Amino acid sequence: MSIILKNINKSFGTFKALNTINLEFKSGELTALLGPSGSGKTTLLRIVAGLEEADRGTEAEILFDQESVTGSPVHRRNVGFVFQHYALFRHMTVFENIAFGLRVKPRSERPDNKTITEKVTKLLSLVQMESLAERYPPQLSGGQRQRIALARALAIEPKVLLLDEPFGALDAQVRSELRRWLRQLHDTIHVTSIFVTHDQEEALEVADRIVVMNRGVIEQVGTPQDVFHRPANKFVMQFLGDVNVFHGRIESGHAVFTEAPAESVEAAARMLVRPHDLLIQRPHDGSGQGISAKVYRVMTAGSVVKVELIDHQNRLIQVHLSHERYRETPVTPHEEVIVVPHKPHVYAGEDKWDGNYVI
Amino acid sequence: MDPPLWVNALIATISLGFLGLFIVAPLGIILHEAFRAGLHVWWASVREPDALAAIRLTLLVAAIAVPLNLVFGVAASWAIAKFRFKGRTFLLTLIDLPFAVSPVISGLIFVLLFGLQGWLGPWLADHDIQIIFAVPGIVLTTIFVTFPFVARELIPLMTEQGSEEEQAALSLGANGWQVFRRVTLPNIKWGLLYGVILCNARAMGEFGAVSVVSGHIRGETNTLPLHIEVLYNEYNFAAAFAGASLLAALALVTLAIKSLVEWRSGQA
Repeated sequence: MSIILKNINKSFGTFKALNTINLEFKSGELTALLGPSGSGKTTLLRIVAGLEEADRGTEAEILFDQESVTGSPVHRRNVGFVFQHYALFRHMTVFENIAFGLRVKPRSERPDNKTITEKVTKLLSLVQMESLAERYPPQLSGGQRQRIALARALAIEPKVLLLDEPFGALDAQVRSELRRWLRQLHDTIHVTSIFVTHDQEEALEVADRIVVMNRGVIEQVGTPQDVFHRPANKFVMQFLGDVNVFHGRIESGHAVFTEAPAESVEAAARMLVRPHDLLIQRPHDGSGQGISAKVYRVMTAGSVVKVELIDHQNRLIQVHLSHERYRETPVTPHEEVIVVPHKPHVYAGEDKWDGNYVI
Repeated sequence: MDPPLWVNALIATISLGFLGLFIVAPLGIILHEAFRAGLHVWWASVREPDALAAIRLTLLVAAIAVPLNLVFGVAASWAIAKFRFKGRTFLLTLIDLPFAVSPVISGLIFVLLFGLQGWLGPWLADHDIQIIFAVPGIVLTTIFVTFPFVARELIPLMTEQGSEEEQAALSLGANGWQVFRRVTLPNIKWGLLYGVILCNARAMGEFGAVSVVSGHIRGETNTLPLHIEVLYNEYNFAAAFAGASLLAALALVTLAIKSLVEWRSGQA
């Protein structure tokens, strides 16, 4: 089912949580709402679910499959909602938790006990929890609870699955295992899904599409490749992974990052480069065009070699190199080297700079 | 490090001494006095018509006040714990009011409201409705005095539990009543029972406030505690202590159920 959001605004007192959001979620896609805390992502998810209401008077509209659900309450929207802290019914067994959505259906639609049992059993096997049907939520681990919460949400055959920081409360290992599993699950059931996360790695790994949010507005919408390799602005670039920031200026139509004194400064410029897009050269090798810096620390234990350098303005530069490439130019602390940006993203103010630049 | 033996012994002696002096001894005296003249005297005192009327009235008052305060307590706790609204803190303070004022004042409030010289007195007299010095007054005062018990018990519990389970139930298609019956109520049942037990104990045992509005009409507006006072003032000690032994028994039963509830809720 497709979802269209039009003119969604939401204020809490004087705080504007969402500022005129217009967004479309395509049918069957798994979308991530990605942003720092306070960016409005959870509020937006809760508005889609009907757990929160968009501000009135701005012609806000929510369409499920072209049909307006703007005014309809959460229990009529047929959405599966998975809470960050699971919100399992603590006094019910795992089985009864999953059966809940079926048991509260109006009498005319309610399946009989046999059908309920069959369905719950099927869902238990879908989330690989068959043996735990008679347990109570407090007896389960975090990862198990989250699977049950998901099975419970799926029991009502929702038109859309909404997950609020689904792995936020789990430890790192369970987290990565569970998100791979969520991706597989989505590939099996193909229900339109939206999940909220502040973890860029999670979004990049799991989602078909990423909506990057910041301070109540959408910064960029795109595939993981899009937002990672072609960030629309400085915020997206910085939020989606480690970056080195080099400060410069716009000077007679050029973005200049050399240390030569400024002649006529028009604006501040910044160059953002990911650690893996920087190369290290010895001063006499290559063109010599780059930023001179001194090696501070070298960490070779890990999947990449991490080199920390200090430039002449005393700022830290991080470089990630493959072990192979590092072996070509091994460096030692205190060595003077040149750092060469490979794929720089240049910004004049907040906007992308497409003109020339000089390093 | 454990404190020395003599410190432990001293602390234990002080606490046991207090317990004996202020709890066990009075209870023992009540039972002793109640049965001193023999079981048949106790039985006769309890079966005496005025005593029976007092017991009946006490049960009636509790039977009205407790369910009403149960409904009110659940509704108020639900509102206070699960929602944020203007006047929430004020409502919270208001619920505590009956605990804060002296029971005599609680009784006087109703006399000033419904008494013959009170605000609504003339109107009530015109319509031939009697509240003060009659059963309705006793019921109203008891409701007022026992008002906070259920809510006070539930508000911290429900606040701690939050409303995520309720939201989950809603998202699964449950309507308001289903959410309450299948999710909220089971989660608060032990706390609720605990509150009801305390509320009931107070409703049956209340003396001060009820004394002000009752008028002490024998066989009509005397609850059990008031009946005991009347007997005692008439030097009818055997009967007074027989009545007192009933209230003491109620207290013991309440304590037993209370411990049972605590034990069960600790298990659940």
